[in-house]
Amino acid sequence: MSRIRRPSLRVNTLLPMATFACFIALWYLYATFNYDNPVQRRNALPYPHEIITDGFMPVTDKVNGLRPILGYMWPTVKVTILGLSIAITLGIALAVLMNLSRSVERALFPYAVVLQTVPILAITPLLTQLFGEELGVRLVVTVLIAIFPVITNTLFGLQSTDQMHHDLFTLSHVSRRTRLWCLELPSALPSLMTGIRIASGSAVIGSVVADFFFVKGEKGIGYYIRTRQQKSIERPEMFAGTITASIFGVLMFLLVGWVTTRAIRDWYDKD
Amino acid sequence: MHPIADEMSDSALRMTNISLTFADGTQALDDVNLNIQSGEFVTIVGPSGCGKSTLLRLASGLLAQTQGLCDVDRTSLGYVFQDPTLLPWRTVRRNVELNAELAGMDKPSRQKAANAAIELVNLTGNEDKYPKQLSGGMKMRCSLARSLVLQPNLFLFDEPFAALDEITREHLNDELLHLFQNQHFASLFITHSIQEAVFLSTRVLVMSARPGRIIAEHAVDFPYPRHPDIRYQSDFAEICGKISADLKVAHS
Ligand SMILES: Nc1ncnc2c1ncn2[C@@H]1O[C@H](COP(=O)(O)OP(=O)(O)OP(=O)(O)O)[C@@H](O)[C@H]1O
Ligand SMILES: [Mg+2]
Repeated sequence: MSRIRRPSLRVNTLLPMATFACFIALWYLYATFNYDNPVQRRNALPYPHEIITDGFMPVTDKVNGLRPILGYMWPTVKVTILGLSIAITLGIALAVLMNLSRSVERALFPYAVVLQTVPILAITPLLTQLFGEELGVRLVVTVLIAIFPVITNTLFGLQSTDQMHHDLFTLSHVSRRTRLWCLELPSALPSLMTGIRIASGSAVIGSVVADFFFVKGEKGIGYYIRTRQQKSIERPEMFAGTITASIFGVLMFLLVGWVTTRAIRDWYDKD
Repeated sequence: MHPIADEMSDSALRMTNISLTFADGTQALDDVNLNIQSGEFVTIVGPSGCGKSTLLRLASGLLAQTQGLCDVDRTSLGYVFQDPTLLPWRTVRRNVELNAELAGMDKPSRQKAANAAIELVNLTGNEDKYPKQLSGGMKMRCSLARSLVLQPNLFLFDEPFAALDEITREHLNDELLHLFQNQHFASLFITHSIQEAVFLSTRVLVMSARPGRIIAEHAVDFPYPRHPDIRYQSDFAEICGKISADLKVAHS
């Protein structure tokens, strides 16, 4: 468990901060010497401080600034969390079904792979036809993107249950259901947790990307970013949206990571 | 009930002309005959891959023979694998309860039985630990306790102590004999260690290389309880020598 070299806390925080400082410095350099429009001498990138002053600060503004950004975040957050929950539930259920019967696995698994390999953006017209352009279709996109890692990791976990443990249960003449609940599902937990962690990242990507392409109904942060991108004068606003969406992604990652690690850390031994 | 109960009411396991060939054509057992009376501790030694585990799996019903008869009461069977096979998500207490739980025993009785078994294998105080927190010897004790809970008439042991260091193994041998005397079960034990075989058993059987047959049998007459130091007696060494000679034949 203990690493041989444990970097001190100072190094752990100082190094990333130094990287961040370098990044900001490069940004300033780039913004200073690159123009969108040489005549008006307007910068291609806003300065980082402009992102704060123009992108986040105008607190009273109804159209731009932190308040509307958070307003646009809410539908995206809802879609992400709801989509992730559906992907987890449905993904586990499908994996359990595939594990119960070889023929179900043969019948369904290829489509799970197809689902993963079809570029979701290529089927947006089809999705629009089927589900419209409102919140519902964004939920569908999120589930479609997030469900694959849940299915594969759960199925892998269920199927790699220790053969000796299976023998142990066979000796007790247990029912299929007992074997599933008391043996296969618990053994699959570590792998399932990995699947959920991957899915949480995919779900954030899914919901934000869906905001870009399905723009009716309650609008999400992707819509905000996209519309601000269209006017070069609103670049700071756009970056403020991007940063907020990224922070949400990081928060999701940390939260889901914490929950999934905690769920098995009492007994799970990595090696 | 036993089909031929009158004739052999005290037989815990009887195999008659057992042969087993796997689906891929590998013949693992060839005409094995074996009779274990209750109260007997029988050990099988034999070359690696000769079919010893196969024999145990067959006795337990995990495998079916291709020929012959296997007569055993499978409702009262304890199986101890080479690995402790503890469920990592269960604490020691819940692992020990497992077999009783799967057999449908109610919670208060199985908790009581589990506590008793944990005490028998000297694991008291470790009830709430997870397997990853146990040493190899403790895991094996826990595995033993799990099988003890249902108080089986027949125990099948598949090299249970092979992975342990010698001191721990000798220690567990003593404890196992202690249990054998107090719990009155019959045993079919498999090991690669001739010393362990002789120390534990009333009878040692030698199996030939694959396909496995019983090629020799040695009665061990040391009375129980057996003191650990009998391992250094000359008559103990003598039996070991004979078995070792038979094993050399088995290997060839
Ligand atoms: N499911 C199987 N299908 C085909 N062959 C098998 C199968 N299981 C075991 N065997 C073969 O049967 C033979 C006996 O195997 P078994 O595991 O019983 O040996 P063993 O005496 O327990 O060996 P060891 O002392 O190494 O544990 C081996 O040659 C093995 O390769
Ligand atoms: Mg074996």
